[in-house]
Amino acid sequence: MVNKITRPVSLTEKPFHYCPGCTHGIIHRLVGEAIDSLDIRERTIGVASVGCSVLTYEYFNTDMQQAAHGRAPAVATGIKRVLPDRIVFTYQGDGDLAAIGTAEIIHAAARGENITVIFINNANFGMTGGQMAPTTLPGQITTTSPAGRNTDTAGYPIRIPEMLATLTGPAYLSRVSVHSPGQVKKAARSIEKAFAYQLAGKGFSLVEVLSTCPTNWKLKPEKALDWLKQNMLPYYPLGEFMDIGEEVL
Amino acid sequence: MTAKLMKGNTALGEAAIQAGCRYFFGYPITPQTELPEYLAKRLPETGGVFLQAESEIAAINMVYGAAAAGGRVMTSSSSPGISLKQEGISYIAAAELPCVIANVMRCGPGLGGIQPAQSDYFQATKGGGHGDYRLIVLAPDSVQEIYDLTLTAFQLAHDYRNPVMLLGDGLLGQMMEPVRTYQPTETMPTDSPAWATTGCEGRKKRIVNTLYLDPPKLEEHNCRLQEKYATINDREQRAEAYRAEDASVILVAFGMAARIAKEAVDMARSKGIKAGLIRPITLWPFPQRILQQHLDTAKALLTVEMNTGQMLEDVKLSVNGEVPVHFYGRSGGMLPSSQAILEKIVQLWEVQPNG
Repeated sequence: MVNKITRPVSLTEKPFHYCPGCTHGIIHRLVGEAIDSLDIRERTIGVASVGCSVLTYEYFNTDMQQAAHGRAPAVATGIKRVLPDRIVFTYQGDGDLAAIGTAEIIHAAARGENITVIFINNANFGMTGGQMAPTTLPGQITTTSPAGRNTDTAGYPIRIPEMLATLTGPAYLSRVSVHSPGQVKKAARSIEKAFAYQLAGKGFSLVEVLSTCPTNWKLKPEKALDWLKQNMLPYYPLGEFMDIGEEVL
Repeated sequence: MTAKLMKGNTALGEAAIQAGCRYFFGYPITPQTELPEYLAKRLPETGGVFLQAESEIAAINMVYGAAAAGGRVMTSSSSPGISLKQEGISYIAAAELPCVIANVMRCGPGLGGIQPAQSDYFQATKGGGHGDYRLIVLAPDSVQEIYDLTLTAFQLAHDYRNPVMLLGDGLLGQMMEPVRTYQPTETMPTDSPAWATTGCEGRKKRIVNTLYLDPPKLEEHNCRLQEKYATINDREQRAEAYRAEDASVILVAFGMAARIAKEAVDMARSKGIKAGLIRPITLWPFPQRILQQHLDTAKALLTVEMNTGQMLEDVKLSVNGEVPVHFYGRSGGMLPSSQAILEKIVQLWEVQPNG
């Protein structure tokens, strides 16, 4: 039997450090496959964020820069303005992008910066031990919302692609999930489309990927997938929120 | 070449263009705004990029990305804005990327005011952001020297792969003086440096990173940075000595305060008082050696600053107790007057006449 599933060339051989059941590994693979598929590895520069995904600079087999918490879109802007013919992407978690980096993501999108943002939403700050994030669901227990997120005092979760869709700058905004094989396939298409838009010079693209955090959710991997499906999907609907609709793939 | 009348901030912008700077990321703040305004017009004319960021924080992180991508890049701001840039500056220093940061100082702390001051000396020379790092800090005292030192700043940033800060004050930025413009004699290579992240075609991937989770590796990185700083300290100390050869009372002042101090030295000399001035041009590395060379005749030192006594500490460290060090400063946007400085010189001279 021939094993047709090989590691994407756009990923290094280095084993991921992620916790068992965390879906970062799947998403890394999807990004790597998209870069392979478009044959852009040698002209791509990635920007790693702060958080669990900080070590992405070790995993993607492309040139990489590591940015301060939340600042990846600004760093990506600097790279893209110097090297407009290269492909620049950021890989950011929700603590990074939706809290400390809110200004940077909004303005990169508003400028229509021709970059691609892979935004991982696992509804908490994973790296620092499971604190409440802007994406934490109402009532969700975290270490800093021990009684469950109280929307009276802590406000409501932010839906990033919907918010960015009010702007004129973005070319493509979507939300996908990786909780089932079917959804993984859809996520793959969306991520490739986001890169393809950049390649075609169409402007800012962002894919939010709903992701699991079994360790901080204190759930077994399979239960974490169920939790995502049951709790995150109702609040974070999947779909494309902006698509300039041009055929780029 | 004939000199042109230029504003300090504009001269800085034009010198950056001549130094090959093609990327500017900034955010408006008084009293430096003429600089981004000038570059907003000039950079596109040279095929470069001007981008007004959403904040100082974003601007300095754009500088980080651009520098790592091999671009010759600059940002500018004024005191409260520079405070916001400190996070990025620490990262740029850690990643050893070349860039120039202009700080046209206003008075603080907090929002302070918009009048000139020199109260960011500590922040500029002692780190400012987190971690053990140094910026090369250059302090011009005229519009011509703003031009000259801007060229030097880009060269030093390139040579040492280190951020360089041009530290002036609002008065220098706003004043107009004749400037002889020219291109730098040494031109830096324009092709992409061997460490830049430009896409890995035909080579192994590169990483620009400031994270070292392994303590021995981070210590090694810190030690290597310190070795670089030691080399810079050894090679790059710069200062102007003004009538200091036989001086009994030596003033130490930089930037605009030095301009006023020079006038006070001349007034003292006309009274037969042996006064002189050492004007640090590099604030880091502090020109300790040059100061020490003039201590033989000195009976007293007088540090003059537009703050409440910051460079004073470096002067005291440099002198190491050999000569008493006194201080005169104004803050809040107030300028020291040459008459007030003269009165201090006279007091010190009368205490220690001719040794």
